[in-house]
Formats: sequence, C-alpha cells, structure tokens
Amino acid sequence: MTRYFTAEHEWIDVDGNTATVGITDYAQSQLGDIVFVETPASGTRVTKGGDAAVVESVKAASDVYAPVSGTVSEGNDALADDPALVNSDPEGEGWFFKLTLDDPSELDGLMDDAAYQAFIAGL
Amino acid sequence: MSDTNEPDDFLPDEPLALPLDAWHRARGARMVPFAGYLMPIQYEGIMAEHLWTRESAGLFDVSHMGQLILSGDGVDAALEALVPADIAGLGEGRQRYSLLLAEDGGILDDLMIARAPMGLYLVVNGAMKWDDIGHLREHLPDDITISHLEDRALLALQGPKAVDALKRVVPGVDTLSFMEAGSFFWGLEPLWISRSGYTGEDGFEISLPAAHVSEFCDRLCAEPEVKPIGLGARDSLRLEAGLPLYGHDLDETINPVEADLGFALSKRRRAEGGFPGAATILKAHAEGAARRRVGLRIEGKMPVRESAEIFSGADKVGVVTSGGFAPSVGAPIAMGYVATPLAAPGTALEAEVRGKRVALTVTSMPFIPHRYHRKGAAQ
Repeated sequence: MTRYFTAEHEWIDVDGNTATVGITDYAQSQLGDIVFVETPASGTRVTKGGDAAVVESVKAASDVYAPVSGTVSEGNDALADDPALVNSDPEGEGWFFKLTLDDPSELDGLMDDAAYQAFIAGL
Repeated sequence: MSDTNEPDDFLPDEPLALPLDAWHRARGARMVPFAGYLMPIQYEGIMAEHLWTRESAGLFDVSHMGQLILSGDGVDAALEALVPADIAGLGEGRQRYSLLLAEDGGILDDLMIARAPMGLYLVVNGAMKWDDIGHLREHLPDDITISHLEDRALLALQGPKAVDALKRVVPGVDTLSFMEAGSFFWGLEPLWISRSGYTGEDGFEISLPAAHVSEFCDRLCAEPEVKPIGLGARDSLRLEAGLPLYGHDLDETINPVEADLGFALSKRRRAEGGFPGAATILKAHAEGAARRRVGLRIEGKMPVRESAEIFSGADKVGVVTSGGFAPSVGAPIAMGYVATPLAAPGTALEAEVRGKRVALTVTSMPFIPHRYHRKGAAQ
C-alpha cells in the first residue's frame, strides 16, 4: 500500500484499484476542534479536485476534495457520532471515505510523505 | 481541503499589528487578519478556551476596538442626536449599550457609552471605528472634541472567576456592579475598568496604556484562574449569550426593533424622539416590525452558518446571520432574522445547507443564561 498527499492536505492510501481518503494531521491541527463531518454515500461519483466531503470545525466549514476520480464504495459512518476522531486519529480511524479508482495514472503528481512534509514545512 | 466561510471581516490593506502581537505569538496563538489587524483566533483550541471562560476566567485582547472620548459643553445633547440612549440621565461611572443610527433608522454600529471624568467614553467596533469617527465628526457640533485613544489597549477578562483574579491585581474592582465603570490604578498606570463584556458571563473590560499592556497581561495570567482566549471562542461565547455581532447580525439595513434591541431605546427617548430614524423606529416599536432577530436550535449535528436561507415549507422566510457549534450547549445553534409571524419560540422552520433541508426551532435567547453581577442581586 502506498500513501500519497495533495497540496489541499488530503491523504490517500492506494491498494491496487481501491483507496482510502482522509485529511492530514496538519489539516486537522489547522482546523481545530472538528464538530461535524459529511462523507459521501456509497456509489457517489467523485472527480479529481472536485468536492467530495465537508468537514466543519467550531469556526468554519471546509470542503474536502477527491485526490483522484472514482466511485465511492464507503463513507466512514463512525464520523457521524464521533467527528472528533478526525482530531484524535486523522490518518487512521478518522478516514473519510473509500473509493474505486477510475485511472491510477491520476496518482502521478501527488506527493509522497517526504515531499508533503517538506511542503507543509514551507507553509 | 479549503475553507469555504472564513471570517469576512477582512479589510483590503495589509493588516496592522496590535500592542500585544508579540505577547500572543509567544503564547502559541494563531494570528489571523480581522478588522484590519492581526489578531489571535485561538491558542490551545476554541472548544477548550470557550469552556475555560465559562468556568474560570478568560483574557481577551480587544485592542482593535475604537476607544473614544467625547467632551465639550453640551456633549450629552449632541450625542443624543445620534443615538437612542438617555445620555443626560447617565450618571458618573455608569455605562450603557447603544446604537449609532442612520437617518432611516438603520444601525451604523453598536457601542458602549460610559460617563468618565474626562467626558463620555465610547467603545466602538474595530471594523467600524474609522467610519464611526467620520460620522461623529460630521454630525457633532465643532465645539465637541473627539479624542481617539490610539495609545490605549483594551482587554476583557470574562468568566465567573474574573472578579477573584482581577481584584488581587487591581484592588477594589469588586465594588463595581454590571454596567458600572471607574478609574483604578495598577502601580502608577491609570486604568479605566467597566464591569461588562461580550460573553454573557460576569467580567470586566479594562482600558490601559498600550505601553504597559504586555506586562499587565503577564500579571493577570500569573493568576491561576486566567488563560488567554482567542477571537474564535469570543464568537462562540457571544453567540450562546444571544449577543449580536455588527456586520453579521446587525447592519445599516436593520433597525433596532427588528434586531430585538428595544431595550436600547431609553424610556425618555422613546417619549421624546429626537434621534435618527425616530419616526420609523418608534412606529415599529409600537406596531411591530416585519422581521425579527431570533435564536434557532438545530436538529442534528450539522452546523447552520451565516447566510443559510430559512424556509417555512416552500416559502423563504428569513436568513441565518450567525451560526456555529456551541460548546456549552453541546450542539449547533444559530441566530437570524425571520418574518415576525414566525418569530414565536417553538415555531418549526427549516434552513437550507448545501442543498439539504435542516430542521430548526425558534427559541428565546440567550442559549446559556447570563450570569452578570447585577446591583442588588443575591450574591
């Protein structure tokens, strides 16, 4: 399994044609206390760079974009009852949705862990 | 990921640093542009800071707000021509909430007015202060002096333990009651302190020379009850307290009756008129306005935020002007304007958020009871 990152602070774990998406630890630290998450329903079509989910902190609502195009296979239902999972375990239990990739070549140009760490260090 | 509704109080020019800028940064604050200044939005987190203020004491830097002294012969009558408050009846050391009104009765700003030894002491919103100063200069007689106290900082210490902490640093402040103010000293430095605030809690607002504010904040934060609190929690605290925020819940298209601020129309002024928009406002006060500011409880966990439209069935009947998660309520809440026939507590309405309907119930405000230290009340 390979993990990639976007400049919009999503992470995506890819295993063959399927992937899991969430927001990074840096993103949750910037947002602060997460009070609500809206994940896409199974079967939803998402396109690379398009709106896929919404995460709300006390202060504001933020869009979460799809790192790649595909079809959602599952949203993380645990976030409905416990949105703070995104704060406590953003890159694990706090995942947002799983999807089936349309085109694995869309992963080209996403960052690996080292590139992402360098990216946020420069922010 | 990207923010879709960041605070919109940004002014176009490069934001300025306030006297406590380095102090905030040293305490881990995240600084954001607000009302033309860089201000701390949060330190450890909005939720924790909010709850700390409700149970202990939170220190807020509100130095972006405008502090003015109006002085000169006839200043009371001159200011009464611009606001609906009874200024002539405002005793020494008393403070009143009021509104700067436009000719059509719209609200140009909301403000505090206190009777200080040097004249009338006004605190106006940071984002509006330059407009307010221009308005005052244009409409007040030339022999009224407007002093903008740009060399003074303004702090708020809010929460049930604010009095315990502050009286150790500034003896005697506990003699003030809600909406009273007076002169105090910290060493040789003169302070102007009122017992008031914007959280619904007991607390104080402290005006002091900017040159000494960092030292004073260090001294306050040495008290175990006190932590610095950012703008984020200031907003969630005032929303729970049902207090409107200018530029969001109040603006120049809304009159005081619509805003449910009838208490700001002093009795003598209602009888005599003589303030801008008096005819419109007094008619609305007697007969009711077409819309009214109300509190809204929200079903479920999804916050309903500013600009969300409010519906009764298919009809659009209002708009949300402030909304978010309320840490002390443990749920999302909002305030907004609805058509007056739908403004009664208990009325079921809906808001539209990202194309979906969310159930709302009109509720009386505040959402969290005020705990002011009122004169004569049981301690």
